[in-house]
Amino acid sequence: MLLIECPFCGARPELEFVYGGEAHIARPAADADLTPGQWAAYLYARSNTRGVHAERWRHTRGCGRFFNALRDTTTDQFIATYEIGQARPPSVPAQKIP
Amino acid sequence: MARYAGDSTARLGFALMRYSIFNLVRQALSGHRAWGPAWRDAAPKSAYDVVIIGGGGHGLATAHYLAKIHGISNVAVLEKGWIGSGNAGRNTTIIRSNYLLAGNNPFYEWSMKLWEGLEQDLNYNAMVSQRGVLNLYHSDAQRDTYARRGNAMRMHGVDAELLDAEAVRRMLPFLDFNGARFPIHGGLLQRRGGTARHDAVVWGYARAASDRGVDIIQNCEVTGFIREAGTIVGVETTRGSIRAGKIGMAVAGSTSRVAELAGLKLPIESHVLQAFVSEAIKPFIPGVVTFGAGHFYISQSDKGGLVFGGDLDGYNSYAQRGNLPTVEDVCEGAMALMPAIGRVRVLRSWGGVMDMSMDGSPIIDRTVIAGLYLNAGWCYGGFKATPASGWCFAHLLARDEPHAVARAYRLDRFATGHLLDERGVGAQPNLH
Ligand SMILES: Cc1cc2nc3c(=O)[nH]c(=O)nc-3n(C[C@H](O)[C@H](O)[C@H](O)COP(=O)(O)OP(=O)(O)OC[C@H]3O[C@@H](n4cnc5c(N)ncnc54)[C@H](O)[C@@H]3O)c2cc1C
Ligand SMILES: [Zn+2]
Repeated sequence: MLLIECPFCGARPELEFVYGGEAHIARPAADADLTPGQWAAYLYARSNTRGVHAERWRHTRGCGRFFNALRDTTTDQFIATYEIGQARPPSVPAQKIP
Repeated sequence: MARYAGDSTARLGFALMRYSIFNLVRQALSGHRAWGPAWRDAAPKSAYDVVIIGGGGHGLATAHYLAKIHGISNVAVLEKGWIGSGNAGRNTTIIRSNYLLAGNNPFYEWSMKLWEGLEQDLNYNAMVSQRGVLNLYHSDAQRDTYARRGNAMRMHGVDAELLDAEAVRRMLPFLDFNGARFPIHGGLLQRRGGTARHDAVVWGYARAASDRGVDIIQNCEVTGFIREAGTIVGVETTRGSIRAGKIGMAVAGSTSRVAELAGLKLPIESHVLQAFVSEAIKPFIPGVVTFGAGHFYISQSDKGGLVFGGDLDGYNSYAQRGNLPTVEDVCEGAMALMPAIGRVRVLRSWGGVMDMSMDGSPIIDRTVIAGLYLNAGWCYGGFKATPASGWCFAHLLARDEPHAVARAYRLDRFATGHLLDERGVGAQPNLH
């Protein structure tokens, strides 16, 4: 069971959370002018990082709020969680689990 | 099939022995010490007509059909570990062609037809067992959607039978029919569906491809692409650079990583799917059964173990192992459906990294880069697709045009809007 640090409620078991996919994907401005290829890139293309991945989570069975997290996808270890709207923290590699 | 005995000797450096009752008896007389290796562990040459990246089922099947159907045998399959070390050797081995959409059904049915003749084609026992796949339904609405899918299958010439609760009870009397939270109303049965032995599929394709001259190169990870004037003309690997006329990617869960080496960003996420096997018990479950009110599917291997699985863990991962909440969820599904299973112990569980496409359907297509071809997005249903995937990818590589049954698997469908959303729930990377 993963322990996830909600920025508002503190550490809670992963069962209380729902994953929301890659973070920091901004909807392009002037979207009326986008080509189908640009729409596809925005809607469907994903970085799918192997390593430190910035992603959205929602504390559905808690405060209900969305937040962002950095997690290492090779170990599933969380590195940091932070509020929506904040910049991505520097991605220090995850500490080795002792 | 005399080919197997003699003419391969010179090419391979050893005689590939055909598997037959005659050879079995002959080998038995000499204490089974003279069986040769099934395929040749090759060292890389400096150039090939076609290089396939990924020695899973799809890569090896592609090589086999390139050599057999299209006469292109100057082919290498590059595998970063050992063949079958990815999802091909980790799956729950279910094969079926019970698809609704016209873009999917003929492809999976072609795969089923290839499964039906696979062992003769490969001269290898892949243990293809058409023991039936039964999808249970638990409400009137679900019966209607299953009836619709069954009708679509029959219109495509695929076998499908809608069973009522009584018929299911006769088949599987041990399911919970006594006031279950999600009562069993019936099921959609495809009798031609079933299971196959996953490793045998890998080894069988490897053996047949190797016998036709394909180089299978293990411990050879692709680390970059060689470009000349915008065209990809080769790969950098941990065993040196290799040039190729065409390069086909079939790396399943590693698709985004390898594509990134070519500068491509794809509509794919990698997610972990777990599988479980119990201790061996006497014959209990005759076919494949799936629970329609949660996500749980089960069959029994020929060794007696119950093989089962359920949902993805739910977040991008390359960890190749899963987490406990999903274990619990899968076991709850099992208990809801067949309470007797609670007395059986789980022996092992493991995870594999799946290439989840954003609409739940695969991609077999050229890429925007000349020389590079893509086979990906198999989600967690790619084992059953292995023969047709290899067949259609070989067709694309050999002829530069899509095979008739794989026309819908275009990469640009995400831009044109022709998504293949089999489940009808909207595009998201957790479908199959
Ligand atoms: C637990 C589990 C259960 C499943 N159950 C079913 C099922 O019941 N029915 C079904 O139809 N499907 C099922 N699947 C899905 C199916 O296993 C996959 O879709 C299918 O195996 C993918 O194709 P493949 O065999 O070619 O992939 P893989 O076997 O994963 O082959 C890809 C290969 O590429 C290699 N590779 C990666 N990167 C590189 C590189 N840079 N250089 C060289 N080689 C590289 C990998 O090492 C790997 O061997 C399941 C999957 C899992 C994990
Ligand atoms: Zn919270």
